[in-house]
Amino acid sequence: MLADLPNDWWDSFERALLLRDANTVWVLAGVLSLGIASGVVGAFLVLRRRALTADAISHATLPGIAVAFMVMLALGFAGKSLIGLLVGAYIAGLASIAAIVLIRRTTHLKDDAAIGITLSVFFGLGICLLSFVQQMPTGNAAGLESFIFGKAATMLSGDAWLIGIASLIVICIVALFFKELGAICFDESWAAARGWPVLGLDFLLTGLVAVMTVLAIQSVGLVLAIALLIIPASTAMLWSQRLLPVVVLSGVIGGFSSWLGAMISASIPRMPTGPVIVLVCAVLFFVSLMLGRRGIVQLWFLRLRMNRRIDRQHLLRACWEILEQDESGVIDIRELGSWRSWSDPRMKRILRRCVARKLIVREGDRLRLTDAGRVRARQVVRNHRLWEAYLIHHADIAPTHVDRDADVIEHVLDGDLIRSLEVALGSAAGAVPASPHAIGGREPA
Amino acid sequence: MTWQLYDTWVVITGALCAMACALPGAQLVLRRRSMMGDAISHAVLPGVAIAFLITATSDPLVMLAGAVVIGILTTFLVDLVQRAGRTEIGASMGIVFTTLFALGLVLIRAFADDVVIDPHVVIYGSIELSYLDQTELLGWSVPRGAVVNGGALVINGILFLLFYKELKLTAFDESLAAAMGFRPRLVQGVLMAMTAATAVAAFETVGSILVVAMIIVPGATAWMLTDRYGTMLVLTLMLAIGSALLGHVAALVVPGWFGFEGMSTSGAMAVMSGVLFVLAWVCSPRHGLVAKAMVRRALSLRIAREDILGLLYRYEERRSEDSSALSVGDIREAITLPRRVVASALRGVRAAGHVVVESDRLQLTDAGRSAASSLVRTHRLWERFLWERLGLRPDHIHGTADRLEHFTSASMIEELSEHDEGEDPHGRPIPPAED
Repeated sequence: MLADLPNDWWDSFERALLLRDANTVWVLAGVLSLGIASGVVGAFLVLRRRALTADAISHATLPGIAVAFMVMLALGFAGKSLIGLLVGAYIAGLASIAAIVLIRRTTHLKDDAAIGITLSVFFGLGICLLSFVQQMPTGNAAGLESFIFGKAATMLSGDAWLIGIASLIVICIVALFFKELGAICFDESWAAARGWPVLGLDFLLTGLVAVMTVLAIQSVGLVLAIALLIIPASTAMLWSQRLLPVVVLSGVIGGFSSWLGAMISASIPRMPTGPVIVLVCAVLFFVSLMLGRRGIVQLWFLRLRMNRRIDRQHLLRACWEILEQDESGVIDIRELGSWRSWSDPRMKRILRRCVARKLIVREGDRLRLTDAGRVRARQVVRNHRLWEAYLIHHADIAPTHVDRDADVIEHVLDGDLIRSLEVALGSAAGAVPASPHAIGGREPA
Repeated sequence: MTWQLYDTWVVITGALCAMACALPGAQLVLRRRSMMGDAISHAVLPGVAIAFLITATSDPLVMLAGAVVIGILTTFLVDLVQRAGRTEIGASMGIVFTTLFALGLVLIRAFADDVVIDPHVVIYGSIELSYLDQTELLGWSVPRGAVVNGGALVINGILFLLFYKELKLTAFDESLAAAMGFRPRLVQGVLMAMTAATAVAAFETVGSILVVAMIIVPGATAWMLTDRYGTMLVLTLMLAIGSALLGHVAALVVPGWFGFEGMSTSGAMAVMSGVLFVLAWVCSPRHGLVAKAMVRRALSLRIAREDILGLLYRYEERRSEDSSALSVGDIREAITLPRRVVASALRGVRAAGHVVVESDRLQLTDAGRSAASSLVRTHRLWERFLWERLGLRPDHIHGTADRLEHFTSASMIEELSEHDEGEDPHGRPIPPAED
């Protein structure tokens, strides 16, 4: 694909970047405002867990567009007045919401089926009507079909103004009802208890979503309109958990991806604007999924650290328990091997890390705990045995059955919990209790 | 317009396609995962595009392999986004399928010179043209679309029969299935792969978007009609055939009404499946709107009848000898139900011989009095119970007892009779039980 790139793609990118083509300027302005407003509205939509409702709305706009076209033609207007088509799309979008709500309320079918049925049947109806439009003498059907996949490149100054003003109004409404919309997203019953009209606010949100979907179908197409609403919002939620930052970030991400997508599409031939915008959104999302707050990379790193700590603590506890039986203060590596069922390479890795942390000193096959190692080992053995004692005395579990449970929990017992255990068991602070069960073949004291 | 061999093949192809899609679809609807069908069918587009790019042919086996990979990939990605991104399932499906669909569009557009995937096919499918593309099957010349979709149907049918109990059990109770040693996640994965493979088979016939209707709607319609799994599958298949047949007939007939010449058959199939759904929604014997409304109306009629009897009984109990009986107008005023309901309830009690009307005055007959007394007995027993046992205040219990009296079974009355002390908390006598 890259081999196909024309040599002058950078020139076209530069031309688009520096806004040299009047046409490109309007396209960029249109998709930019579209991206920002969709991002802002989408944040509430995703938080309200209604993402797929937008999918139904966007597919359902098709019959509305077709009917609006026919009606306008019959009334003698030019069939392609954008505003007229959008009004038709909006009405059909609202009808689809009504259908979903009706199916959900009056049948045992759930949300998913209600949305799926509405979406596909409305779309089928749209396809049927579209085949009529294609046969109409004056009906330049190619114009309507572009609503399915979108055609941002055909955006004119008037369209860009329309999108820009509508987006501004939408953002103002969101700002005005920010608190209320936030409340129904996070705690519907609380909002209802405050006396706020939850149903009315839901209508408002749905209306805003319908407006943004309808505006988006011209540039990204009705199949992908939902992407502008949900992907930036989901991306923003990977970076923050506070409402205002999520909404702002979602708007910024939506605006940026739309702008960048339109730029790429303007500089490389045969790159459809809508899908490219969606792919830019998706790239940002997956990058955030990797790098974001509690993202895959961070979680992986945390898990790795945790696992290493667990291994270390297991090793130290094994050393301590060996030393308890053998007073020489020196541990044989081979004896350690029988203590935990680690493979040789793994044992070596763990030992190496403990040596690097100066917890253990290794001399050939013999190990010795350093002072720091001794402190740590003592701590984890105490955690282990306090928990065992707790299970035996307070949970009535047989002494032979407590080891495994304590083995897991010893790593996560914090200071407070240890103190409560000490109080509950009447154990002296700092002392290491004897093991209640056999260790390494030796019976408990 | 006359029916030709061409039309028969269109219907057969459409029916095979709809049936193949509807089988996994019914499972998805039961699992409340219908929208996975939507996501997978959109996601099939890049699969088709990449398969074309790699092989430069439409070799069905390559396409099938691509579809299975895409189906599993979609499920995996949705799962990944949902877990790692902590997004709800709807948003994660939306993210994944729009991304894959966009990828498919870009691939098709960028390589449109090398491979021919008409964007029109993505939208409309090409069921009308399927007749032109014939292939040999057992010595017969058959449209390729029918063979491909028929193949998908046969494979799906065999899988559904072979894994009948696995699919059934995991759809209804995943934890039980897991506890019994089945593998719900594996079954779900296979189901998704099946959906994807079927969507690819259906791609050329009905396109990438209308296939959603073929997948979801027949199953959902069948679920409106029955609560039994086996019956539901059979109905699903029948509804799929029905929507294909009706769809093509509509595509032939309806345009004529408005002076047009033709209509997309696949679009009409989707609309007809919707029409069948609406019919089931309205007329289903158990879950339909009409059936439910009738049950509700019968209930409110019964309540109104019982309220009339109770009212007359209480009035008789209190009035002195010379005061006149209640009039129809009094009843209307006293019972706060819609006029129509009260009027037909009045007709009901008269027809049952519980009430006679003489010159606009209502009088209980003996039969009516005995029915009314057992009703009032239930009411007052409840009042007694609520007051004595639950410690509610006497002036707070009438409303509750008024609702409960209509829904008290004989065995419950028996239990309540233990509190029969002869009087309710307001000092009114509790009518004695009759044999």
